[in-house]
Amino acid sequence: MEKTLRRVLVGNYEDLPEGFGKTVVIEDQEVAVFKLDSGEIRAIENKCPHRGGVLAEGFVSGEHVFCPMHDWKISVKDGKVQEPDEGCVQTFETEIENELVYLLLKS
Amino acid sequence: MPKQRLVLIGNGMAGIRAVEELLKRKPNQFDIVVFGTEPYPNYNRIQLSKVLQGDTQVSDITLNEWQWYEDNNIRLYPGETVINIDKEKQLVLTDKDRQEAYDYLIIATGSNPFMLPLPGADKEGVTAFRDIKDCEKMIEYSRKYKKAAVIGGGLLGLEAARGLLNLGMDVDVIHISDFLMERQLDRAAGELLQKELEQQGMNFLLNKSTTEITGKKRVTGLKFKDGDSIDADLVVMAVGIKPNVALANESGIEVNRGIVVNDYMETNVPNVFAVGECAEHRQMVYGLVAPLYEQGQALAKRICGVDDKGYQGSVLSTQLKVSGVDVFSTGKINEDENSKAIKLYDEWNGVYKKVVVEDGILTGSVLFGDTKERTKLLSFIKKGARVEEYLESTSSDESESDIVASMPEDEVICGCNGVTKGTIVEAIKTKDLTTLEEVKGHTNASRSCGTCKSLVNDLLKLTLGDEYSADQKESICACTTLTKDEVIAKIKEKGLTNTQQVRDVLGWTSKGGCSKCKPALNYYMGMLNPKGYVDEKESRFVNERLHANIQKNGTYSVVPRMYGGVTNSDDLRKIADVADKYEVGMIKLTGGQRIDLVGIEKQDLPSIWADLDMPSGHAYAKGLRTVKTCIGASFCRFGTQDSVGMGVDLEKKFEGLNTPHKIKMSVSACPRNCAEGAVKDVGVVGLDGVWEIHVGGNGGTEMRKADLLCKVKTSEELMEIVGAFLQYYREEANYLERTSAWVERVGIEHVKAIIVEDKVKRAEYYARMEEALSVIKEPWKETIENPTLLRDLYEKVNVAAEAK
Ligand code: SRM
Ligand SMILES: Cc1cc2nc3c(=O)[nH]c(=O)nc-3n(C[C@H](O)[C@H](O)[C@H](O)COP(=O)(O)OP(=O)(O)OC[C@H]3O[C@@H](n4cnc5c(N)ncnc54)[C@H](O)[C@@H]3O)c2cc1C
Ligand code: SF4
Ligand code: FES
Repeated sequence: MEKTLRRVLVGNYEDLPEGFGKTVVIEDQEVAVFKLDSGEIRAIENKCPHRGGVLAEGFVSGEHVFCPMHDWKISVKDGKVQEPDEGCVQTFETEIENELVYLLLKS
Repeated sequence: MPKQRLVLIGNGMAGIRAVEELLKRKPNQFDIVVFGTEPYPNYNRIQLSKVLQGDTQVSDITLNEWQWYEDNNIRLYPGETVINIDKEKQLVLTDKDRQEAYDYLIIATGSNPFMLPLPGADKEGVTAFRDIKDCEKMIEYSRKYKKAAVIGGGLLGLEAARGLLNLGMDVDVIHISDFLMERQLDRAAGELLQKELEQQGMNFLLNKSTTEITGKKRVTGLKFKDGDSIDADLVVMAVGIKPNVALANESGIEVNRGIVVNDYMETNVPNVFAVGECAEHRQMVYGLVAPLYEQGQALAKRICGVDDKGYQGSVLSTQLKVSGVDVFSTGKINEDENSKAIKLYDEWNGVYKKVVVEDGILTGSVLFGDTKERTKLLSFIKKGARVEEYLESTSSDESESDIVASMPEDEVICGCNGVTKGTIVEAIKTKDLTTLEEVKGHTNASRSCGTCKSLVNDLLKLTLGDEYSADQKESICACTTLTKDEVIAKIKEKGLTNTQQVRDVLGWTSKGGCSKCKPALNYYMGMLNPKGYVDEKESRFVNERLHANIQKNGTYSVVPRMYGGVTNSDDLRKIADVADKYEVGMIKLTGGQRIDLVGIEKQDLPSIWADLDMPSGHAYAKGLRTVKTCIGASFCRFGTQDSVGMGVDLEKKFEGLNTPHKIKMSVSACPRNCAEGAVKDVGVVGLDGVWEIHVGGNGGTEMRKADLLCKVKTSEELMEIVGAFLQYYREEANYLERTSAWVERVGIEHVKAIIVEDKVKRAEYYARMEEALSVIKEPWKETIENPTLLRDLYEKVNVAAEAK
């Protein structure tokens, strides 16, 4: 099961804001990291499948984020765009260790 | 059995309705041919007034699309006129030499506008107001010319005049009688109407009879019997209609004023029927659609062999389709020696009511200013109710919905389309209808003039019971069934202090809310409790959270305040330096008289604000945007007031305020209105010694011209009125409702009553405004001084490329 996963540090669990996303920039890719009201951490591609809106700045509700550009509703769990719109964004695994939040990227 | 051949002459409202009635009863029995002089499918003539007034377009008033004719196998010959009827051979002949044989013939040729036979009536620029062509002509003239004269102060003339005003023309209305709409109103109501319309900008020449239309090829003016004259580039004649009976007459069908018909709409010639405005029934010729539709039914029943008592004549009622004016009249409008009237006249509020009683029975009524009772009165008068019954109903405050409950099933609800209560109720039940739109779609009710909307809603309420209230009212969003007012009441009642509590306690279906209710709740709670409520960053749309406008590529824009559009060299220098230092994408002058720095990275925002050291322009906010000003009295040769100073004061006073939607203001120093006050939420215009305050204007998606709220003398009064107005708007409007939509919804008169006329209320609203203003902080400064905000909102996490 050995996969080359690259682990990058996002920051302190405590320091992550609740209710909106954090933008993580990795070279030319951006990931939106969310701390949900359940306390879970979720990470998705920071680019709306509609027209590239920055999802990290959207309204967060439960397990969904509303894109700030044209209000598409996207699941931060599985990356699926909710009806009536269609599409999906890439999701990323995260890890919490010693109060630190990491993002797992395939390299 | 071969199909029966049915020919219809006149592709208008009455004829097509008769055909619809036929098809409803016997769908496949007829071979139908329709001739119409006008080159369009059947359209809603009534709505021409609305087209002229700019509320709808010609393309939206079609009643039966081309497809409808095809779907029903109707051969339509648009633009073709029938010129002869051969009643012996049962044939019609058209101007295109077409012959068509019939088993049944329906004549529905409508009316012709009556054109006064004045010298000059044939000049260019003289028109009637009857069809699409006339309407287009008036619109075209309004683009080129300024002065219009409408001859005729009746229903049609006034609707035309209102339309021409909306098209930007100066309008004189010439009327032969000494008060308006004398056929439908009595003097008191006619005079109130005149006052209202004068306020809207119409000019009246009463007691005037026109003797000549002057000009060479084109109209240039009118001359009157008393020697007076006026200038006019466009003359609209709206002095009445004449049943269009020439064809019937020439073909030997009996004609009096109209084509004479019996209760089954049969003429004296076998198999020939007449319906609509061209028909005369029991010496009556009608000029409104309600009776025509009843006639269509009687006709269809006859042809289909249904046993029926036939058409019995109609009680008419009148309504004027001019916004801001409520008039209604029905039945007998003037009392005489045999009758008495119940009257109520409130000159102050412009409300008038008269109910005419004959031998204890209601026979007619005129209402002005407040027409809420119209349905009740119409229903009472139709059934010949006794005055006691009426008086009892007014004292017991019987509501509109009680009225619909007590109506018989066959009572007509939608007069225009002849839809009965029974039909509507049945459609609601069998087709599971829950909204007005659905009822419209399924029954035709409310599809024409729209004045029966409230009755249809009452029927929905009555039929659906509890389900109705849940369905009709507009909830805040899909997470709840509660309306804004209900939510606000509950927040107050239960002392809720944050949006999560509201969602939990009030049973939101989505725990975290949605993009609609989050910012709305946050706004309402801050408005209700300015001092105690803690604003929630997570309930703010990104622009208001970050105090910058997000752009399509995820960068932001920075717009510093430039009070009243006035700047100085220091500020310009700072802006230029910042632009260089941060390599901004574009420096742009905005439509709001200030400068926009575009294309800025999020993480640079705080340091740019620090470098600029200028207050935020709130270009992103649901709050005060700009106060646009003109040069004003200090420099301009026309200026009467210090518009710049006033603009700066207003902007300083209200900057940072949270409002349901954005607010734009302007101050001009004379009526030339260079700062465009007519399209601002608050547009102030200075005149010599007074300020005019206009509100509810909008220049965006839905243009709306501002209404005059009042005139004031001093800047203190101005500040108080504007403050109270904005506070009233803050408290009453729905979130994301601009002042334009809100003023349109509640009516300027209502706003005036609270803010201008009621000094106590005004002071209360102003005091609450002061409280709201007292807690405002400058957001850019607040942000750069708060490390947590900087970290949470503006910093991105940058992962170095080589990290493993
Ligand atoms: C910058 C500016 C255009 C310009 O370069 O001149 C502008 C830019 C935007 N306008 Fe505007 N409007 C600008 C003046 C106007 C005006 C003219 C005016 O204010 O004099 C109007 C029509 C007047 C009015 O509002 O009555 C105007 C009517 C709108 C509307 C339609 C509002 C409506 O109620 O119909 C929107 C959409 C909205 O607010 O929902 C809008 C929305 C926007 C947004 C914020 C779009 C958005 O939501 O992201 C634009 C931001 C672009 C960006 O990337 O920064 N903008 N916008 C102007 C800023 C003025 C300022 O100094 O603050
Ligand atoms: C601006 C305006 C506003 C109005 N507002 C209201 C209102 O608010 N409420 C209300 O109840 N009523 C209103 N009316 C009146 C209403 O529109 C008419 O009562 C109704 O349209 C009459 O219908 P009709 O079918 O009898 O005549 P029309 O709709 O006039 O139809 C007759 C048709 O027959 C055609 N025709 C005539 N002769 C021939 C021929 N020989 N061969 C072929 N075709 C022929 C004509 O071109 C015309 O298209 C309004 C009218 C106008 C003009
Ligand atoms: S008109 Fe306004 S909202 Fe539309 S593109 Fe231009 S700036 Fe953007
Ligand atoms: S870019 Fe996200 S909804 Fe359009």
